[in-house]
Amino acid sequence: MVLKTTIQGFLTAVKGLLLTVRHLFAARKSRETIDIRDEKYFEKQEGVTTVQYPKEKMPIPEVGRYQLHVEIDDCIVCDLCAKACPVDCIAIESIKSPEAIGKTSDGSVKRLYAAQFDIDMAKCMYCGLCTVVCPTECITMTNQYDKSTSKLTDLIYGFTEMTTEEVAQRKEEWTRFQAEKEAAKKK
Amino acid sequence: MADLLLHIIIPIAIFLFIAGFTLFAVYAERKIAGFVQDRLGPMETGKYGLIQTIADILKLIQKEFITPSAADKALFLTAPVIIFVAVFIGYSVVPWAPDFLPTNTNTGLFFILAIVSIDAIGILMAGWGSNNKYSLLGAIRAIAQMVSYEIPVGLSLISAIMITQTLNLNEIADLQGIHSPEIIYFMGFWDVTDIGGLFAWHIFQAPHLLVVYIIFFIATLAECNRAPFDIPEAESELIGGFHTEYGGIKFAFLFLAEYAMMFLVSILGVIIFLGGWNTPLPNIGSLRLADWTTGLGWGLFWTVSKSLLIVGIQMWVRWTLPRFRADQLMTLCWKILIPVAFVCMAISGLWRILVIV
Repeated sequence: MVLKTTIQGFLTAVKGLLLTVRHLFAARKSRETIDIRDEKYFEKQEGVTTVQYPKEKMPIPEVGRYQLHVEIDDCIVCDLCAKACPVDCIAIESIKSPEAIGKTSDGSVKRLYAAQFDIDMAKCMYCGLCTVVCPTECITMTNQYDKSTSKLTDLIYGFTEMTTEEVAQRKEEWTRFQAEKEAAKKK
Repeated sequence: MADLLLHIIIPIAIFLFIAGFTLFAVYAERKIAGFVQDRLGPMETGKYGLIQTIADILKLIQKEFITPSAADKALFLTAPVIIFVAVFIGYSVVPWAPDFLPTNTNTGLFFILAIVSIDAIGILMAGWGSNNKYSLLGAIRAIAQMVSYEIPVGLSLISAIMITQTLNLNEIADLQGIHSPEIIYFMGFWDVTDIGGLFAWHIFQAPHLLVVYIIFFIATLAECNRAPFDIPEAESELIGGFHTEYGGIKFAFLFLAEYAMMFLVSILGVIIFLGGWNTPLPNIGSLRLADWTTGLGWGLFWTVSKSLLIVGIQMWVRWTLPRFRADQLMTLCWKILIPVAFVCMAISGLWRILVIV
């Protein structure tokens, strides 16, 4: 009994030692990144797997599912993304415009100014629902994943291009327009 | 005066060697661990992470001395010193090259065995003095393990000593090369006194000595508390075992002692079984390879390179085999290694009487 387990123990130890020494010598070269559709994908078992991150990066698809990006020129400020968001990480404030501001690249008419379009990436759970509901496909997920910052507030991304004066001016314009409309109604 | 100076320089030289070796060995260990596991190991500090261990030791030296308030202060503070000194004194009788050793005593091997076992007391002091249950558990495990494994180490060495008939490490190494005062037989039948090299080493002088060396290697691995026999430290169960509470320079000394012990048992195995400073290259006819590669410099080179190879094997074993359970550890020692060592001892006795004459 003891003899049998001992012999077995030594044999398996030798087997393990041979396995590790094979890996030790195979570590002379790095494992290259190959496509998962490649037939030999699972046969590549040897070589160093470490990716020295800031110096080298793993190839990732262009349409990754990492950080959110808003093409604000294409945004019609419909607020659908904010409503779809399960964790409420998108904050949108809109200002109505008296007339159409312009057109997005897919031809939708813009009638609202985005006074505020903030996405809190610290809250985001990367479900991608906002990108699904967007009618103009202006909100997308990008392949950027390195977003480490020293301050938590740096993770709140502001996408609006309007300055505070501009916001005040547009608000002013809208209230004047409303007032004029009210005045016209009363006449 | 010159004599006194020599007595100061030699320990400092050995200490510097141990410190340098430890820095190198920790780096090598981490690199080997990395490569075995398909990783890269340290890469950031210096080219290929070469100065990583220097950065580590600088960090350890700068650290504050922290003693737990419930610790037994005297034991806690003296334990690292005792552990390191026990191993360090062991180096005093180790020959590095022909007649190149700090002390040439006739009881060298016995002295090493005696002095290195003080290590166990140091570990118990560290574990008890920390006043931490994990440390104490680790220390108790360490004592049980080290006391048990002292027996196969002793028996395997006795088997070799029965063949050599001397405890003087310098003479033991001398008996395995071309300058041997006695006739050397490869496996007991082929006179290799003039050929030397690999064939004259003790592991090849008698067939059972190879088994004895394997026993010695396994048992010394346990003596150093190295994986797969690292249950005294067992990071995953006992945090760090007996050195849980240690930090800074005290921890550095415990670490230094561990690596010094690794090198000590490796060099001891090399001297007794693997030919010591003798070259592995044999004389082949007029090609006097053994004659050309024997001498003070060559001796130093062979001793150190063979020892480093054994240290490398210890690391390789560490990163391959999982940790033994306490009962498996004792089974391996008492039911397998000790009986086999006894059988080998008996064979050694018979070999001495019947074969060598």
